Amino acid sequence: MDIPRHWRLHNQRYKLEGSRCTRCGTLAFPPRPICRVCRSRDMEPYTFSGRGTVYSYSVVYQSPEGFEAYVPYVVALIDLEEGVRITAQLTDVNPDEVYIGMPVEMVVRKIREDGERGLIVYGYKFRPPLTA
Amino acid sequence: MRDVAIVGIGQTPVREHWDKGVRDLAVEAVLDAMADAHIERADALYVGNMLSGKLSGQEHLGALIADYVGLEGIEAVKVEAACGSAAATLRQAILAVQSGAVNIAIAVGVEKLTEMTSGCTTNALAMASDGDYEAEMGLSFVAINALLMQRYMYEYGVDKDDFAAFTLNAHANAAHNPNAMFRNRMTREQYANAKMIASPINLLDSSPIADGAAAVVIMPTDMAFDFSDKPIRIAACEVATDTIALDNRANPLWLRGVECSARKAYRTAGITPEQVRLFEVHDAFSIMAALSLEASGFAEPGTAVRLANEGEIRRDGRIPIATFGGLKGRGHPVGATGIYQVVEATLQLRGEAPEALQVDDVDYAMAQNIGGSGATVVTTILERLERK
Repeated sequence: MDIPRHWRLHNQRYKLEGSRCTRCGTLAFPPRPICRVCRSRDMEPYTFSGRGTVYSYSVVYQSPEGFEAYVPYVVALIDLEEGVRITAQLTDVNPDEVYIGMPVEMVVRKIREDGERGLIVYGYKFRPPLTA
Repeated sequence: MRDVAIVGIGQTPVREHWDKGVRDLAVEAVLDAMADAHIERADALYVGNMLSGKLSGQEHLGALIADYVGLEGIEAVKVEAACGSAAATLRQAILAVQSGAVNIAIAVGVEKLTEMTSGCTTNALAMASDGDYEAEMGLSFVAINALLMQRYMYEYGVDKDDFAAFTLNAHANAAHNPNAMFRNRMTREQYANAKMIASPINLLDSSPIADGAAAVVIMPTDMAFDFSDKPIRIAACEVATDTIALDNRANPLWLRGVECSARKAYRTAGITPEQVRLFEVHDAFSIMAALSLEASGFAEPGTAVRLANEGEIRRDGRIPIATFGGLKGRGHPVGATGIYQVVEATLQLRGEAPEALQVDDVDYAMAQNIGGSGATVVTTILERLERK
């Protein structure tokens, strides 16, 4: 069981915390120790709003182990409104209704269960916004 | 730096080898290559592999394979770069010979994927992506490529059914390759009706899970004619990287790793894309064939699918690809694939391809091996040598 790994990532999984370069302002998710644009090492935590639009998507019919119960489920590349792209599952949506450009917002949901007695991993997924 | 040539090649058939383990496959390919090069000894062995630890419970392949090919005592290490492991291994072998540290080097790629259930193998293959931020979110490696294909169809207005041209070409060629996994031809109807894996990627867009090993023996070019009648010069072998995760790329449809690796290779070889007579492309999925053709300079962005449908990727076309079936038809034993490509390109340059597959007048052949969704790219250019 990889408990330390999931614990270590809780700020990303639950809060969508990335990084902001204090020198040039470049944002990143996941957080980076060095700025991709100006190579500054002076980075601070930055929490993304969780609002964005679908850049691309796929409906998964043949899943990796641990995700069988959710098939078919939708995975997507999402353009966050701050200009950073993120990979996540979509939820609360009919796979047939997903389209490129669809507005979405972040929610925290169960990602997977590791058997009956194992870990339950929570993290971000995205859904159509409840209020437009 | 010393000039380097290939003097021996070996390969196992690509199959579900239930009766052979990772050790057996690698040994078979290495011994084949040593026999082809008429050598009994080598100075160093480089083993390419991605998943032997996870799927076979075996790491430390350098020492293991050296031991079982009867070369215990020599320098030997494993090299890993996901699905690009094999060509990355060849690159390390080339550097060793170029530098003068090693005279005769063997590079072997081996993968044994059918050791576990397919679900376990699917999880293992996803280790090529960003573990924390792609795989752990429920994305198989197929799903990551599907995100590329969906966006490609949207941005360039390409129909899903038109990607069939890549599959049809790969299978038509594989039918004549005795080492290929799939020797059956495919039709557009079969493609249109294939089972969806992660939309829009269906089963016939995808290369199969397979076992296999391929090996080459390399040495300085000035020794090569003492060992082979038809040595093949390595004109370039160049590696480049891109972000590990797809979402960190400004334009995911332009594979910068491919562009960078191919450009470096053209420059090192001193040629232009027009001089490349055939291209062993990394068609793990049909979308990767399209994106690789574009970023390597064989097609403008958004036009590779049209190029395929105009027949230009066939043996008699402008840029034949997957001439032995590619990853789709020959099969994709991930950590071995890059050296299969180089072995096949060598056969083309030697004029030893099966008659139905032999491309005419090959002076330069290119092979491109990709790890992950374009995060590691190795482009190799091979050249026919004339005896001086």
